[in-house]
Amino acid sequence: MLELIVISTLNGVLFGMLLFLLSSGLTVIFSMMGVLNFAHASFYMLGAFFGFQLTKWIGFWPALVLAPLLVGAIGMAVERYGLRNTHKHGHVAELLLTFGLAFAIEEIVSMIWGKSPLDYRVPALLDFPAFTIFSTNYPAYKIFMLAVSVIIFVALLIVLKRTRVGLIVQAALTHPHMVGHLGHNVGRVFMLVFGVGSALAALAGVIAGPALVTQSDMAASLGPILFVVIVFGGLGSLPGAFVASLVIGLVQTFAVALDGSLASAFGPLDPSAGPSVLTDIWNVTVAQVAPIVPYLLLVIILIVRPMGLMGTRES
Amino acid sequence: MTTAATATSKAAANPAGGNLRFYGIWLIGIAVLIVLPMIFSSGGSRTSFSLIGIAIVFALSYNILLGQTGLLSFGHAVHYGLGGFAACHMMNAVVSHGWPIPLPFIPLFGGLGGLVFAMIIGWVMTKRAGTVFAMISLGIGELVASSSLILRSVFGGEAGITTDRTALPKMLGWSFGPQLQVYYLIAFWLVLSAIAMYALTRTPLGRICNAVRDNPERVQFIGYDPHVVRYLAFCFAGFFAGIAGGLAAINFEIANSAYLGAIQSGLVLFSTFIGGTAYFFGPILGAILVTYLQLGLTNLTTAWQLYFGIIFIGIVMYSPGGIAGLLMMHRPLIRAGTLWTVIPSYLVAIVPTIALACGVILVTETVARFSGGDPINLFGIAFNPASPVTWITAAILAVGGFFVARLTWRRIAEAWDRAATVARDRGYLA
Repeated sequence: MLELIVISTLNGVLFGMLLFLLSSGLTVIFSMMGVLNFAHASFYMLGAFFGFQLTKWIGFWPALVLAPLLVGAIGMAVERYGLRNTHKHGHVAELLLTFGLAFAIEEIVSMIWGKSPLDYRVPALLDFPAFTIFSTNYPAYKIFMLAVSVIIFVALLIVLKRTRVGLIVQAALTHPHMVGHLGHNVGRVFMLVFGVGSALAALAGVIAGPALVTQSDMAASLGPILFVVIVFGGLGSLPGAFVASLVIGLVQTFAVALDGSLASAFGPLDPSAGPSVLTDIWNVTVAQVAPIVPYLLLVIILIVRPMGLMGTRES
Repeated sequence: MTTAATATSKAAANPAGGNLRFYGIWLIGIAVLIVLPMIFSSGGSRTSFSLIGIAIVFALSYNILLGQTGLLSFGHAVHYGLGGFAACHMMNAVVSHGWPIPLPFIPLFGGLGGLVFAMIIGWVMTKRAGTVFAMISLGIGELVASSSLILRSVFGGEAGITTDRTALPKMLGWSFGPQLQVYYLIAFWLVLSAIAMYALTRTPLGRICNAVRDNPERVQFIGYDPHVVRYLAFCFAGFFAGIAGGLAAINFEIANSAYLGAIQSGLVLFSTFIGGTAYFFGPILGAILVTYLQLGLTNLTTAWQLYFGIIFIGIVMYSPGGIAGLLMMHRPLIRAGTLWTVIPSYLVAIVPTIALACGVILVTETVARFSGGDPINLFGIAFNPASPVTWITAAILAVGGFFVARLTWRRIAEAWDRAATVARDRGYLA
């Protein structure tokens, strides 16, 4: 039992930090431009696929730097030539643009790399067990992933809260015209923020690719959870996104690890009742419910606290 | 969206002639629905018409949310799917209990299935509008789609639940075995729900929905609760989506978890938005186009989803009013008699735009078939996806076409401005 708790906690924190790496970019973009970037998970997927391809050509470490830069450039192009022109039609049009983009990216990726999972391996340098705990080897690569996520998190906080760049970004968020009058190019600030957000997502993709599965539906499967994180934490709140990422990462990991059901806890129902919804619910294991746990959390938080965990705005 | 409001107010100001034309359009529509399967009598086209009819009901129900109330939902297929399951269970229950309910009444139970779920979940969902609603609808959609695989006794797991439409009591001697009879059943419900949904747009509720879309604060000031209005719109949309789902269940004689999923929700969003949300006939156009493309393209190419994505992005960026918006833009010009000044620039633009489209198609197909090596057949010309000649042709067509096409589009805009100015001077354009 203790083994389960320790390993699941480690994995849960890892998954949570990865979710945060993704949702931080999404949150910053959202709170700056009011655009909910539906294609964010697609940039994550592009990161994983570019990472795979570049690893094949030039090795993992250059790919770790190059792939996010490439995806960041794509993100900037999307902002400059797509979103900026759509802005005059309102936020719904912008959201729809990114929705169409996500659709197109998924199709392009599956056209080029196929629909089956790629053989994207952990680099040889990190392919060893970091430590052994309760006779289970914990891979070093997962520790590396955790370290990268933590470093990015700290760096993001410092940049946003402590530097001049962060000051301008935060000011452009609330008073874009004033920042413009002070001589900053607000349009360029937006473009750069969008690029950095996309690059962060791609970085998460490059490091998560070898540990999770790299295939063309990874964006579609992760995207909705990302939005749950954002709503759960409170729209536009970076600390909220952090807490929500960890909560959802941990809850989901523990749910996957648990094998119990109501039937195993209280004994099976009377078999004469026949198959019904009740027996379904009674017999389903916690592990089977794991995929819907984030959405259940979403519904609960909406009923209890509609603005999210740390959100401030009502709409 | 404001143009829609002015257009309807003009129609209301001229009741006698307006009424005649208004009912005329509906009667023509009904006549077309009746005659259509007689002209195109092959089994394939009757199946296509049935699918298009279902898609139209679904898209119209979606537009109650998107176009009328301004709620962007990414989970509308939930009501469609639950309606389908409700209809399937009802059909099986009718057969096993021997109830005297004939098949044509089944879609109503589908609608109730969609409505009940909308009533339960809608109150929480419609608390907030805009982006938040969009994300919540996505989450709820995922929740229901994933739960459907867990609750096997209700949703039948991966396989879904099957039913037999011919086992129900006969009505008017129709067994509903042949596709033609199913088509007429769908057409009947299509007309019924289209009239009901159109009527809904003319009720005070429909008007307040528009007001909630445009300015919720002001609606609150005059004493209505935007939350309640959104909730009611959500329930109506759920009901009609359930009818569409029930029709689909009758047509396919099966309901499974694919009905509920994100792909179905995405398709209805595509149909509605591509068709245009500001006019009642927009979603109808969109549903026809998208279903037709979907049926036609899946045979021709593996990358049909990409074409949808490109068309959708193009519409979002260049014509947010959709196809209906593009068409209706021309109405004041026709009335003012200045349309002919724009036509030449259209004709000039056609050539480079087609070149651009061919380039994009060629690039897409080259990438899609590069590993497979199947030849590409574009308007009778065969291209080998592996040869550099194809790549160069594709690149020239796409890049060259884009730059030339952009010039001609600019000319259209200029010609358009001139024509619109004249139309405005003559008093045909607000």
